[in-house]
Amino acid sequence: MEFFREWGLTAAIFLPLVGVLVMMFIDKKDEAMHKVIALGTSLAIFGIGIVLLFDFDYDRAGEMQWTKQVDWINIIKAEYLIGIDGMSLPLLMLTFLITPLVIIYSWNHFPAPHNPKAFLMLILVLHTGMIGTFVARDLVLFFVFFEVVLLPMFFMIAVWGGEDRKYASLKFFLYTLFGSALMLVSFLALFFLAGGETFSIAGLADAVAAASEDEFSRNAQLWIFGGMLLGFGIKVPMFPFHTWLPDAHTQAPTQGSVILAAVLLKLGTYGFVRIAIPILPEAAVVWAPWIGLLAVIGIIYGALGCLAQTDMKRLIAFSSVAHMGYVMLGIATLTDWGINAAVFGMVAHGLITGMLFFVAGSIKERYHTLEIKRLGGLLLQAPRMGWILGFISMASLGLPGLAGFWGEFPAILAAYNPANGLPVGLFRAYMVIAALGTVLAAGYLLWLLQRTAFGTPSEEFVDNPEITDTHREEWLAWTPLLVLILLFGLVPGLIFNVTDPAVEAQLSDCLSVDAGSDKANFDVGLCEKEGVEAALANLGVVSTADGE
Amino acid sequence: MSLLTLAVEAVPKESFATGDVSWLLNNVWLIPTLPALSFLGILFFGKRMPKGGAELGIAAVGAAFLLAILSNVAWMDHRDNYSGPTDAGAAHAEDDHGDEHSEDALGASVVIDGQSEQVELTSSFVEEGGEGGHAAVAVLNERDWFRNGGVDFKVGTLLDGPSVIMLFVVTTISLLVHIYSTDYVAGDRRYTHYFAFLSLFTASMLGYVLSSNILQMIVAWELVGLCSFALIGHWWEEKPNSDAALKAFLTNRVGDIGLLVGMIILFFSAGGTFDIVEINKAVINNEMNQTAVTWAAISLTAAVMSKSGQFVLHTWLPDAMAGPTPVSALIHAATLVVAGVFMIARLYPVFYYGFSIPGSSINGLALIGSITVVFGGLLAFVQTDIKRVLAYSTVSQLGYMVLALGVGAWTAAIFHLFTHAFFKAGLFLGSGSVAHSVHSFDMKQDMGGMRKFMPTTFKTFMICSIALAGVFPTAGFWSKDEILVGTGGLGVGAEKANGNYHLMLIMGLVGAMLTGAYMTRCIYLTFFGEFRGHGTPHESGKRITVPLIILSVFAAGAGLLNLPPGFLAGSASSPTGWQERFGHFVEPSAAYFPAISHSVPSWWLAVVASVMGLIGPAIAYWYYFIKVDNLSKETGESLTELPNGLVANNKLAATGHAFLVNKYYLDHLYNDVIVAAVKGPIAKAAYWINQNVLDEVVDTAGRTSVKAGEAVYKHVDQGLIEGAVNGSGILSSQSGQGLRKLQTGKVQQYAALLFAGATILAGIFIVLI
Repeated sequence: MEFFREWGLTAAIFLPLVGVLVMMFIDKKDEAMHKVIALGTSLAIFGIGIVLLFDFDYDRAGEMQWTKQVDWINIIKAEYLIGIDGMSLPLLMLTFLITPLVIIYSWNHFPAPHNPKAFLMLILVLHTGMIGTFVARDLVLFFVFFEVVLLPMFFMIAVWGGEDRKYASLKFFLYTLFGSALMLVSFLALFFLAGGETFSIAGLADAVAAASEDEFSRNAQLWIFGGMLLGFGIKVPMFPFHTWLPDAHTQAPTQGSVILAAVLLKLGTYGFVRIAIPILPEAAVVWAPWIGLLAVIGIIYGALGCLAQTDMKRLIAFSSVAHMGYVMLGIATLTDWGINAAVFGMVAHGLITGMLFFVAGSIKERYHTLEIKRLGGLLLQAPRMGWILGFISMASLGLPGLAGFWGEFPAILAAYNPANGLPVGLFRAYMVIAALGTVLAAGYLLWLLQRTAFGTPSEEFVDNPEITDTHREEWLAWTPLLVLILLFGLVPGLIFNVTDPAVEAQLSDCLSVDAGSDKANFDVGLCEKEGVEAALANLGVVSTADGE
Repeated sequence: MSLLTLAVEAVPKESFATGDVSWLLNNVWLIPTLPALSFLGILFFGKRMPKGGAELGIAAVGAAFLLAILSNVAWMDHRDNYSGPTDAGAAHAEDDHGDEHSEDALGASVVIDGQSEQVELTSSFVEEGGEGGHAAVAVLNERDWFRNGGVDFKVGTLLDGPSVIMLFVVTTISLLVHIYSTDYVAGDRRYTHYFAFLSLFTASMLGYVLSSNILQMIVAWELVGLCSFALIGHWWEEKPNSDAALKAFLTNRVGDIGLLVGMIILFFSAGGTFDIVEINKAVINNEMNQTAVTWAAISLTAAVMSKSGQFVLHTWLPDAMAGPTPVSALIHAATLVVAGVFMIARLYPVFYYGFSIPGSSINGLALIGSITVVFGGLLAFVQTDIKRVLAYSTVSQLGYMVLALGVGAWTAAIFHLFTHAFFKAGLFLGSGSVAHSVHSFDMKQDMGGMRKFMPTTFKTFMICSIALAGVFPTAGFWSKDEILVGTGGLGVGAEKANGNYHLMLIMGLVGAMLTGAYMTRCIYLTFFGEFRGHGTPHESGKRITVPLIILSVFAAGAGLLNLPPGFLAGSASSPTGWQERFGHFVEPSAAYFPAISHSVPSWWLAVVASVMGLIGPAIAYWYYFIKVDNLSKETGESLTELPNGLVANNKLAATGHAFLVNKYYLDHLYNDVIVAAVKGPIAKAAYWINQNVLDEVVDTAGRTSVKAGEAVYKHVDQGLIEGAVNGSGILSSQSGQGLRKLQTGKVQQYAALLFAGATILAGIFIVLI
């Protein structure tokens, strides 16, 4: 078991590449073999995930576990440094789950121009990049994996995409690369200013905290945070850097859209909670009101964008902008409630929007269109799929009892009482705007449901034999997602209890986390740990030190 | 802690019953769980069952009904005879990590109401106690739900008077509706789904009334909304039905903004807890900022306005008639719409102090309620659809409940909720019985003279109408009278009332007048005159009439449960008499309930109210039963109104009539102005900006950099680029023919350029700062 703890994550990262290597030497025509290898690889990785789930010590969810450190590029002090804690575990498991499901869904339904070999290889390469990003604890390593996902996704859209695929794929690639470049600038500047000793996240955080104003000016921190904000913000995507998303989603094949929505967008938000805020908490406080502003604009704007859409897939893409707005709002509050909500929101959005894209893909396969006004009566023609669409629409609009709610409501709640040093009045205004966004979300999703699932089928599709109900591969791919959406909705502790210690550990040093009254907000200065704890103890909100 | 223990801890475990609290009261979670399970059962296996899943639903709700009865009995015993611990700081047998909650979890002894009555709140966690007190205690059972910010939040059941009586109301009405539905929707295209959602509806509402914290309330509140969406839109093939469902859901979502905001304010103001008891106690003990309490109360009132159909957010409610009639009965009598009223009752200290109810003569809550009483009642006069008459009547009656809560007459509001549930369910099911027979809801077109064809339905409908109109001695009389007395207005019965709400009393009296009048009209149009429809109507079957009879018995007799003091035997202090039995049964006398005072009933007011309540029907009787009826006999037609009546001759009356027919133009405002603007111009404008401003910037930037890149490319070291291209060649050559068509090399070039640029920029940055 020790051996496994040491090498399990490494195996998970590189197994897909092994799969790719094997597939290279198998003839393109042997499709079944390719499918089996790809599925086998992803399931093996999922198996590692199951072992991890059982082996993970949830009492120590705040600490890195299954760590591994190997010297890598000595000359720039970059290390191969990996590990997971309670904040990355849910996202890592989401990744482990989504990839095999996407492969199962593809089984007999590869998009044109077919070519399962290349398609599956790309998915596996993507898998490596996604897993690596969630486990990396060194900025260089993180950056490498963060970039690894770009190319496969680019090809997936550019080759298997819709009519406007060339534009969309290039836009996706260049836009995110632009962000990455700024991010890289930030990483490098951070490295040099923090003494040039290490690229490890924890090491940098310590170095920044220890550095004096002369060594590392507040101004520099702000600029560096700004660079990361752009880099991660484009990936999220935050308003106004979101315009690559609707095009990419609309043009991407179903599988690409699912992976994009379920995992890739989370790389950006994950970067905020794993890298930007822990390393540069003071800069985070300065930027937070602006992040919050962009977040609530995104919520309303994304929802309005949805209302204006005539294409189902584009509508879902815009809804991602709105949903990621809630995640970013949670992050912007810099409180434990907010960041727990953000992590929950990431997982929930991954499951729900992933499902929405799956269903949209299946509808497209049957109707050969996603033009909303031509659809209708799905519940009559494919009742089970109609039910599924209804179920996930409800989940997506944040119905309590389903997963979406726990990403949304706690984020709104956190905005009422943001961390020390943040303008309370402003965040309360954000809270109300975000709450207004829930009405719009219900509006666009229910109108979508009404126009696609309710009513009767239009003339052109009435007796179309192609329109069949959910088939086997779809059930196999969808059931786990549907079950998890319900399960996480009813038992939110399954995620909150895991993330909470990690969020506490990441943030407790510098950011106050008070569930108490307004009083605590301004009495306590930023980053004064003792002061915060004393304030909290006074409020009786958390147990005092002897309880720890 | 491993995954397994995590999962186990996260899932609510069975609670442990201790002490002298009956087992059932500690396990009331069973009651909502049964219909919740039957929902899943019907959904997945219903179609394979011989009766399409209805039998499972009835069995589950029936069992829940029995448990509800038993828990009511157990509660009565508990209420009167509990002799558990009085010291709330007593031993807590909670799980290990409950340390920081143990002392604040449950209750302190306080003296309330000036009667030196020792009351406290306890729970099953308290295993052993000290001295015995005699006061009632709520039974609280909680399990860990999730952890956030280092604090464990719980899920559980809070059982006390208001929740236990709601268990009875919900399960009774739901069971009757289930039985009725087996006939009414027999052969429906989605019979199984219908019963599945009835089960979920019941489960959500039961879960709602038992919630021990406001977060749970939000969850159940929304689930109730979801079920109403599904059931109102039951026949979703027709667009008007799905429109009505959407309208209900979206209007409620608007109110939910208030719900979320209000609950969040309460959470933080009470020091970071969702616990209902904690929040209420914090308000009562003045630990909360008064401004925060007021804002919370105002926000939550918005939620009540949408959920409980208060003026101006009531417009979804009449449209909700698009659903099957038994659903309307369930929605309007026992579930959805009373959720808002129940929330006020549950978090009463927030409203009581937030709106400064005691000692005042007007406040927001009472005003909304009283406006709704009258304006809702007026709308009932111009409806031709029998269900819509009843729908507006519900709006008006809910207004009474909110009014009562607004003036501090808490018990009266709950009592009215209780009695209203029976007679309104009876009326809705009765109207369904008629419609089942004539295949229409239009009173003017397809009804008339129905008393001859449907005697049982007619009799039960009459009894329920009389109860609704508040005629002595039916249930409605007692509950309405208590509300009017509770206003303490005009010096009538002002003794020991919470304030002097003159306007509310007047509005309440006007409402009483209207109620009788529109019901008289409704009865004439439906049951008297000559039949105007087609075919030969006949009485409905047993599964429809028996529920009607049961409900009309309650409608006639339920008032006896809460006779005012001084009426019939016994003295006011005797807990065994009939007097104020209901109030004694439901009203919490605990640290989490404000010290409201109880007004003393006034004979004088009862008489005035009765007279007022008869004037309305008398006028309507004169118009319909005498004038219209005579004219009908003269002309030989079955008329529904006088051809030369007031509306035809008087301009002002005609304007008023048009105003009412158009429902005060609120629907126009909402649909044609607000919704249309958001869906149309605003959304389109946002999207235009997206495409033509934001995206244009990106595209221009992209085009410019491509040009710049191409220019730079010529001058950059070719070796670097070629290396990158070759490196990626392995991948691209394997990636199928499609890839070759793309200019993969170009992408690589951009990438290399950007990385190089990044390094340079970082260098510049470091030098500069």
